[in-house]
Amino acid sequence: MSADGQGRSHWFDDEAGPVVRPYAMTRGRTTSAAQHRLDLIAVVVTEPHADDPEADPTLSPEHVDIVELCRDTSQTVAELSAELDLPIGVVRVLVGDLVESEFVHVNRPVPPAELPDESILRDVINGLRAL
Amino acid sequence: MIFGRSERGKPPVEPVTLKILVAGGFGVGKTTLVGAVSEIRPLRTEELLTEAGRPVDDVSGVEAKNTTTVAMDFGRITLREDLVLYLFGTPGQERFWFMWDELSEGALGAVVLADTRRLEDCFAAIDYFERRAIPFLVGVNRFDGAARYPADDVRRALDLDDHVPLLMCDARDRESVKEVLVGVVQHAMAQAAQRRQTVGT
Repeated sequence: MSADGQGRSHWFDDEAGPVVRPYAMTRGRTTSAAQHRLDLIAVVVTEPHADDPEADPTLSPEHVDIVELCRDTSQTVAELSAELDLPIGVVRVLVGDLVESEFVHVNRPVPPAELPDESILRDVINGLRAL
Repeated sequence: MIFGRSERGKPPVEPVTLKILVAGGFGVGKTTLVGAVSEIRPLRTEELLTEAGRPVDDVSGVEAKNTTTVAMDFGRITLREDLVLYLFGTPGQERFWFMWDELSEGALGAVVLADTRRLEDCFAAIDYFERRAIPFLVGVNRFDGAARYPADDVRRALDLDDHVPLLMCDARDRESVKEVLVGVVQHAMAQAAQRRQTVGT
């Protein structure tokens, strides 16, 4: 499912939107098999054993980009979306695939409706003051 | 298969991530505020609305388009290696409420930026956070050339509940923005403590 190749010239004007429709990268899926509803600040980390994603024929170039980006520094879903210039929904599906195939794992932020620990909040205040 | 890269450096730190929302009308200085404290130039992330999209999207006026892009600017503050705060500017248009729902899920709190020349622009945001009991404070952005009003007058004009803090601020000024953010976290702590007390008794 390489994103380049045929069709480029047909879709080149602005009316057509991006050269490749964003959800083409997800093969039209808007949810991933893993059914992860990933928060914008969920942290994606590449698994140490995910050595050579490019050798995996099931992965798209965008999958590989995510694995590489999250290898040395963890990245949030929002950061991946900005970095790869992909809509959040697309990043969610791709990350879901990678979780499924165990290339990455995801650390979720504090669950909604549950404020983080008071000590963390104090750390935030102190950290902000020290900036 | 050869696992040639198994001797890589230690795995990356997996920080605790938190977010604070920055809401307010168009042009009130949300991205400026984010940029004043962010360690990175504010980044932009986008989501697409499609025709088959959510029931709440009102795309009147843009019927000719199949997709609409909702953009959000965000910044990052690394407080510690393992503690990172993200600031998200909410999309200005009210038709993107569903994005707000998603953004506010798990948010620590919110800043509603107000411009005294167009106070009505922030009513929707105040209403939104009040209804969902998300801790927020109002930051009155001091624009050059805008008349300055006493805090009490602004408070009255906004019909703000007594417990909601209101601060005068300058979205361009790092120190001022830091103070606003500290205010949000303090308010969130106070609100959480109060809620615990209510539940406890």
